Amino acid sequence: MTLLSLQQLTKTFGGLTAVNNVSFNVDEGAVVGLIGPNGAGKTTVFNLITGNYQPDRGQITFAECELVGLRTHRIITLGIARTFQNIRLFQQLSALENVLAGCHYRMRGGILSAMLRLPAQQREEADAIARALRELEFVGLSEQALTVAKNLAYGDQRRLEIARALATQPRLLILDEPAGGMNEQETEALIGLIGRIKARGITLLLIEHDMRLVMRACEKLVVLEYGGKIAEGSPDQVRRDPRVIEAYLGAGDDE
Amino acid sequence: MNRIDGWIAGLCAALLLVAPLLLNAYWVDVLNSVGLYALLALGLNLILGEAGLFNMGHAAFYAMGAYTAAILNTRYQIPILWTLPLSGLVAGLFALAVARPVVHLRGDYLLIVTIGVGEIVRIALVNDVFGITGGANGIFGISRPNFFGFIIRQPQQFFYLIWGFVALTIFLLLRLKQSRFGRALNYLREDAVAAEGSGINTAYYKLAAFGLGAFWAGMAGCLFAAKMTIISPESFSFWESVMLFMIVILGGAGSIPGVLLAAFLVIGLPELFREFSSARMLVFGLVMMVMMVVRPQGLLPARGRRFG
Ligand SMILES: Nc1ncnc2c1ncn2[C@@H]1O[C@H](COP(=O)(O)OP(=O)(O)OP(=O)(O)O)[C@@H](O)[C@H]1O
Ligand SMILES: [Mg+2]
Repeated sequence: MTLLSLQQLTKTFGGLTAVNNVSFNVDEGAVVGLIGPNGAGKTTVFNLITGNYQPDRGQITFAECELVGLRTHRIITLGIARTFQNIRLFQQLSALENVLAGCHYRMRGGILSAMLRLPAQQREEADAIARALRELEFVGLSEQALTVAKNLAYGDQRRLEIARALATQPRLLILDEPAGGMNEQETEALIGLIGRIKARGITLLLIEHDMRLVMRACEKLVVLEYGGKIAEGSPDQVRRDPRVIEAYLGAGDDE
Repeated sequence: MNRIDGWIAGLCAALLLVAPLLLNAYWVDVLNSVGLYALLALGLNLILGEAGLFNMGHAAFYAMGAYTAAILNTRYQIPILWTLPLSGLVAGLFALAVARPVVHLRGDYLLIVTIGVGEIVRIALVNDVFGITGGANGIFGISRPNFFGFIIRQPQQFFYLIWGFVALTIFLLLRLKQSRFGRALNYLREDAVAAEGSGINTAYYKLAAFGLGAFWAGMAGCLFAAKMTIISPESFSFWESVMLFMIVILGGAGSIPGVLLAAFLVIGLPELFREFSSARMLVFGLVMMVMMVVRPQGLLPARGRRFG
């Protein structure tokens, strides 16, 4: 079943067409990779999905819902969670507080219930903290729960972002270069983590330059170049596609 | 650490509790001013310190509360303390109305807009635009607060009213900090894009921060009107907004103890050096500059939340 569907999506910045008439589907339960040379428009596609940018043309449908025009926080509450290419954590706050941000929209407590410490509010807080701690454990950051985010190692920051996204209990998780800046061991652990996320029944769409990760973790790839889709298929099909080979060689292969 | 903090807080509270018995009326009145500024700064701290929204027009909300209380009291004979919630409400709603169209602006732009709001309110009051604020002379004849039959008039008596309210405010704000709402404000300050991307309605929380901070300023305005029995636009000048801004930044944005300490220093210290008259402001300005260079995070920067 199709969970996410992009149809003829186009986005221009001034004279530059960052995304050009792109269409593809993400099936429920799949791990899909979005790849392409630098500047191909991958991050822009993510920003269109989560409503950070509005497309010039095209449609984005998620679980029967039209996303174009919705505000970002609404899109997240529909069941999409994301991470950012240049890590965006709440730097001065602890790892636990970062993950609690993901729990936020499923909670109800407001100003008055907090000031009065109503029993329901206290229960809700305790539940949220328990959930956040479970997500930290899931990504392997239990020990660092009270560490301030900016003091975490780079790889840990990436995993903390994933934990925060998972805390929203998404149906679809989109990751923008999750292995960016990771060493070989960390990347290996990340592949394991992606497998465990998939095992939770969460669909994944990820941008990644690390071809070994992409080939092992994804069952379907979509390839962009200069904003347009040039190939789509299984990793094996895409690897042999002459246009893909040319795009990567022509762009000065830095992978 | 927690124990020591508790002892220090207890000691400060005990000292304040007996202060009116040891000090003369003049110094008690200085402490009353400190208390009012502490209330105002704690409200501004929600907007500026917790949510990171640059507001240099806080005096406008203070004025809204003070004038609401004064008008309700002098025209409709409503007991002044009864107007407390309504003063807060009017200031809060006013803040929501003015913040609504501008709250999405980036820091420096928001700062300029809020300066404008503060000036517009002051000028509207001076020119008696609504015909009920008494122009430059303001409103006089505000009645003394009547606390269950007990008329409050001495500075010593006001001291307990004001500082009692400060204590209640601290109690409530500490609880708020330790909640979903309190955290949401911090997410805004740290990274609004990531907050929105985690499912948080950032526009709502920006407005809520303004509304709640202004609500407190409005209530402080009501207490101010009760204490002075006469209010005029000059009490709500741009300088007041600047002082409040300074108190929050100097104390340590987002830190309740820091804001309280800074209220003492910024309002209390110049009184200590009264005999130097104009030179004291010079020294004051210099101290501010040195502080910001040497300790940019504030006197008592905010510390992490504890989770039981
Ligand atoms: N907000 C923006 N304003 C103007 N141009 C932009 C903006 N965002 C992206 N672009 C441009 O759009 C093009 C696609 O950028 P995008 O970030 O989507 O590429 P990418 O495929 O994610 O690249 P990388 O692999 O380097 O992350 C680039 O030429 C970029 O400069
Ligand atoms: Mg990118």
